[in-house]
Amino acid sequence: MTDSVVVRVKKKRIAELLESEKRVDERGLTDYREIQIESGVIERAEGSARVHLGKTDVVVGVKIGTGTPFPDVPDKGVLTVNAELVPLASPDFEPGPPGEKAVELARVVDRGIRESKAIDLEKLCVESGKLVFVVFIDVYVLNHDGNLIDASAMAALAALINTKMFKYEVKDGKIVKKPGYTPLPIINYPIAVTFAKIGNKLILDTGLDEEQVMDARLTMTMTKDGNICAIQKGGGSGYFTQEEIVEATKIAQKKTKELRKLVVKS
Amino acid sequence: MKANKKKTKKETKKMSNKKPEKLIDKKGIRLDGRKLDELRPVKMEVGVLPNADGSAYLEQGKNKVLVGVYGPKEAHPRHIAQQDRAVIQCRYHMAPFSVDERKSPAPSRRDIELSKVVREALEPAVFLEYYPKTSIQVYIEILQADGGTRCAGITTAALALADAGIPMRDLVVACAAGKADGKLIVDLMDTEDKVGDADVPVAFMPNLNAITLLQMDGNLSVDEFNNAVNMAVDGCKQIYALQKEALKSKYVTVEEAEEE
Repeated sequence: MTDSVVVRVKKKRIAELLESEKRVDERGLTDYREIQIESGVIERAEGSARVHLGKTDVVVGVKIGTGTPFPDVPDKGVLTVNAELVPLASPDFEPGPPGEKAVELARVVDRGIRESKAIDLEKLCVESGKLVFVVFIDVYVLNHDGNLIDASAMAALAALINTKMFKYEVKDGKIVKKPGYTPLPIINYPIAVTFAKIGNKLILDTGLDEEQVMDARLTMTMTKDGNICAIQKGGGSGYFTQEEIVEATKIAQKKTKELRKLVVKS
Repeated sequence: MKANKKKTKKETKKMSNKKPEKLIDKKGIRLDGRKLDELRPVKMEVGVLPNADGSAYLEQGKNKVLVGVYGPKEAHPRHIAQQDRAVIQCRYHMAPFSVDERKSPAPSRRDIELSKVVREALEPAVFLEYYPKTSIQVYIEILQADGGTRCAGITTAALALADAGIPMRDLVVACAAGKADGKLIVDLMDTEDKVGDADVPVAFMPNLNAITLLQMDGNLSVDEFNNAVNMAVDGCKQIYALQKEALKSKYVTVEEAEEE
């Protein structure tokens, strides 16, 4: 990414524009691109949602399975998040096991859902220490045009809200399905916002162009009470000052509220 | 010392017996006898590995961390090379015996993420543009883990990079802050990390006021979070002084030896 002249020219242009508070696509610094959220796009999955963030396109499917709980939390269901950067989504993605980008994406989405206690995992325990439900959240990136974290976190939350669990009864320690469905117990709505630092400006919802030239990246995930539940700094060889981080928390508080309305409504 | 050991044993027993009732007592003293804003004892040494170009060893509480740095050298595999700068290849790895239950030596998803964030915490410090097309390998081995290993790893790795003679803008130093029993604390040990309410690891370059790693999990209000970052930065500054001391002492020892 660093060797290309084009990137350097781009960076110069993007940074110049930012000096006068402008962006390449004429958005404000903290404006998001158009957000489309569509729930229930995959009928086979217990829950699903597809989020378009401009040209970025992410689909999340939720499957419910059963398994044994972790020994240290015998009364809680299990949550797992996996992310696939599908090769058809970008010339930069290649087939194969998840690389560090995919692992990071999955773990940041996971942390937001887990730490905000979005799912009431205790309600997913069938038999303490033996049998619990497992919530598999699979993030599938279909087109990469920047800001995969926010798009994936939004899609994951929308998919969880959309998830229906079959009714069941327990017979001889086994789960027997009954007709009908109940919603997955969702008790919090974590929203992630990702800042990019370019020069000395903080911007939100980076397009791919901006992402290629950013100095550093900072994701903040907030709960419905406006508390912070997850943070991840990443993306490049830049850094943040303490003042910038304080500024980011202020913007994030406002922005996560706006975005939450969109996702919960959908 | 003996009394100390006894206490540790008791603690370990308590730890394995599920959640301890209180992480902080009425007087504001933590399980291991520390105050809320007190760091664990830190020991560092540089130049500990004969084969590596740079190396460092650190103990912070029961954490034991060893870092070896190789390079700058020809990048392998070759396609990772950058035309205008060096790349850092960083591996954060936990020894199988470093934790209570044996950890598989194969890299976990956690290890992959930590290798990435640690690398990104170190990159801003190194003058990568001085060594185009090369690679600097940073191997972090956690020999024993007691909470805050990513921070300990970064602190140690920065020392090893400096020991390798690689030009840097500043040392990188890392320290975590967090919350347990409703109180903000600094430098969380294992139990506080696992049972506590939040963990905020921070890596910092004191001379540049630059935060190069910032993560958080748990639940904090914005004010609590900002205070936690302040506490972590203060912790970083204390460790920074020790880091510089450790670097200097390598050469002091050589001088004294020559005089004799």
